[in-house]
Amino acid sequence: MHTPPVPSPALGPEVRRSTRASRIGAWGAVLIVAWLGTLPLWAEPGTLRDLDEVACYLIFAMMWNLLAGYGGMVSIGQQAFLGLGGYALLVLGNFLGVNPFVAVPLAALVTAALAVPIAHLAFRLQGGTFAIGTWVIAEVLRLSIANASVVGGGSGTSLTALRGIDKTTRVHLTFWLCQAGAVGAIALTYGLLRSRQGLALLAIRDGETAAESQGIHVRATKLGVYVAAAFGAGLAGALYFLGNLRISPDAAFNVNWSAFAIFIVMIGGIGTIEGPIVGTVIFYGLSKLASDFGAWYLVGLGLLAIVVTIKFPHGLWGTLSRRFDLHLFPIRRRLVRPTAQDSPGL
Amino acid sequence: MSLLETRRLDGFYGDFQVLFGVEVTAEPGEIIALIGANGAGKSTLLKTVCGLLGARRDGVVFDGAPIGGLPPGEIVRRGIALVPEGRRLFPSLTAEENLLMGAFARRRGPFTLDAVYRLFPALAERRRAPAGMLSGGQQQMVAIGRALMTNPRLLLCDELSLGLAPVVVKQIYDALPEICAGGLTVVIVEQDISAAQRVSGRLYCLQEGRVTLTGPSQRVTRAQISQAYFGV
Amino acid sequence: MAGWVSTLIQGVLLGGLYALFAMGQSLIFGVLRLTNTAQGDFIILGSFAVLSLAARLGVPALAAPWLALVILLPLAFAAGYGLQRLVLNRVLGRDPLPSLVVTFGLGIVIQNLLQEIYSADPRFIESGGLNDASLALGGGLAVGTLPLLIFGVAVAIAAALHGLFTHTAIGRAFRAVSDDREVAELMGLDHRHVYALATGLAFLLVAVAGGLHGMKTTVAPSDGPALLLYGFEAVIIGGMGSFLGTLLGGIILGVTQVIGFRFDPGWGVWLGHMVFLAMLLLRPAGLFPKTR
Repeated sequence: MHTPPVPSPALGPEVRRSTRASRIGAWGAVLIVAWLGTLPLWAEPGTLRDLDEVACYLIFAMMWNLLAGYGGMVSIGQQAFLGLGGYALLVLGNFLGVNPFVAVPLAALVTAALAVPIAHLAFRLQGGTFAIGTWVIAEVLRLSIANASVVGGGSGTSLTALRGIDKTTRVHLTFWLCQAGAVGAIALTYGLLRSRQGLALLAIRDGETAAESQGIHVRATKLGVYVAAAFGAGLAGALYFLGNLRISPDAAFNVNWSAFAIFIVMIGGIGTIEGPIVGTVIFYGLSKLASDFGAWYLVGLGLLAIVVTIKFPHGLWGTLSRRFDLHLFPIRRRLVRPTAQDSPGL
Repeated sequence: MSLLETRRLDGFYGDFQVLFGVEVTAEPGEIIALIGANGAGKSTLLKTVCGLLGARRDGVVFDGAPIGGLPPGEIVRRGIALVPEGRRLFPSLTAEENLLMGAFARRRGPFTLDAVYRLFPALAERRRAPAGMLSGGQQQMVAIGRALMTNPRLLLCDELSLGLAPVVVKQIYDALPEICAGGLTVVIVEQDISAAQRVSGRLYCLQEGRVTLTGPSQRVTRAQISQAYFGV
Repeated sequence: MAGWVSTLIQGVLLGGLYALFAMGQSLIFGVLRLTNTAQGDFIILGSFAVLSLAARLGVPALAAPWLALVILLPLAFAAGYGLQRLVLNRVLGRDPLPSLVVTFGLGIVIQNLLQEIYSADPRFIESGGLNDASLALGGGLAVGTLPLLIFGVAVAIAAALHGLFTHTAIGRAFRAVSDDREVAELMGLDHRHVYALATGLAFLLVAVAGGLHGMKTTVAPSDGPALLLYGFEAVIIGGMGSFLGTLLGGIILGVTQVIGFRFDPGWGVWLGHMVFLAMLLLRPAGLFPKTR
């Protein structure tokens, strides 16, 4: 006979984070990452390059999500940092003789450092004007670099630092670095949101004035998020151009990066960690299927983003997550009453 | 038939219930006062009557017609106007432009721009001043005038005395008889109990969303009011 | 010396065009607080619409684009009204994200649709030689007739909008709804209708800007974003919510770009961006800010 669990009077309610789904998800993630790690041993270089790009899109979208979904700052100019990351890699590798693979995280750091003065300008704007203002800043960078012939000017240049490296090694290392970057970006976001800073972010997102009155330094927290997002975008840029071997201002500072990030995050689900992952997979699948359709593919993507924003503002994952209370990356703390079955010794 | 009648009216701010079965009536030409502590539901009642908050269709009946939940624009066209709490003038507009906003309701009646200036002569000199530059009392006059310009049959006044010096409050309430000379019905919400008793014919006291006292303003005692106000 | 004066005049006239790009944006932002990231793309759409219609009208090239523009104006108004009423009214609110994503998506749709229909090549609206005509000012100076005309239109529109907002009932309605939507409803205004009127009006401006722009320069489907940015810079430099400010902002931007261009073609637009950033640093509210 089944007896219903009796709440134990001796133990108080406890705070729990993980859910059954998240524990399953955690194991699943470990398996997937391990499987991915073995890919270079048996997959074709074309597939590896594809997955490199997927990783870069994922990192970039994850960072846009951090900025917009959690930080409340919608930017159409994150490509500024992606481009800076790529060009920092170029400078470190070609001009300063740093090993290009070592240079990748360094390039991300340089980008993060540059984000501080840029934030000083950008934060003078709010809301919609902030969004367009960030786009202008990206354009300024694009034009400035296009006029700098030392880094190849408008037509760009090659990453000569990679010339001396054996092709297979280069391809494999690039792949592992990209996947590590993607895992790192997810881990960084997850870690940030689980921390006190993350709680502060959620509070700011819900109400800035109220958050400020609780002692949260709103401006410092927002700056922190902005710099973190810039770091990630710079990482994505460095990784992308590491694999691309060639960089140009039009490719590096193209607003399409932001367009794709927006689509990925809105379709996947903004303000969740799972959302950008889901969105990247969908986006990538669609782009492979629709590669013959040219501009019509982008028309479809644009319409999809509009419809999703109006009808399904929480995206695919967000809608499912709310419906079934699924959280693979649990951030929220839940109050759980331990039942008699949970108590030890019973 | 009453001009205004609320029937077992429940009022909500989102999911939060603020009014519980409130029944209030106003006869044509009357001045009714609503008193009660902060949070008692007085403003909520006014907002529900004028359509800013939703309600059951037959929860509010105006001139025999159920109007609960109708959009505010529709309700103002039927002849109910609100003087909002805190005045809420349009800062981008001058005093006169604020008054002219009332004309959008397109109702005929005695209140024209000139009539409002006759009622509040102090405004005529300040007609071109931006709304933000007016004194508290002048702003209140503009807010009342703006509502009057819609030529309502029922005027709802939310906390006219808020933030104003007593002498200014007296000035404003002294204008009330002239406003009502044409048969206008008025419901005022007031924190100042003495002013409410002086100015109105009947009053209702609200406490935590329920009517706890009603009666002729001149005959209700302080003791009765205290009891109804605080619920002790 | 004459070279510099000529440059300056060119810059001022160019500024008129930029102000024209920005007027619709300024209007929509002032009334609805909406940032339309597809503003530039709608202008280019207008250019192509005038281009196609003018070619089919069967009237001389001197009159064709103007006739096309006149025919398109009511359509533009209806399109703006409809877009606001059916789509954009649904995404307005405290959160700027939905309106940004929706307008951004619209921009992408327009750019790529135009590309599919017209191909990526730059096109030009034939204006029967108007583009080549010039007016002699004396002292060896000459200005292009079309740029001068465009500047005149920009000034007229800025003045007309200013007058509309300050002296008409609809202008009061626009200002009231943007101040306090709830109390405006209490006055009998339907904000959905007022917002849609504002967008309809903005689209009239977009059509005019598109037609004039296409007569002056070649247009390509991907040109939208640049126009958005110039318009945006003009509004920020001049100050949000002031039409005369937007005109001045456009002029400052135009002059800056032309001066930069004179030093080196690559630095023209860049210098304009620099002035914008400087403005942001020193006086973020712009020269004549009115919007809170």
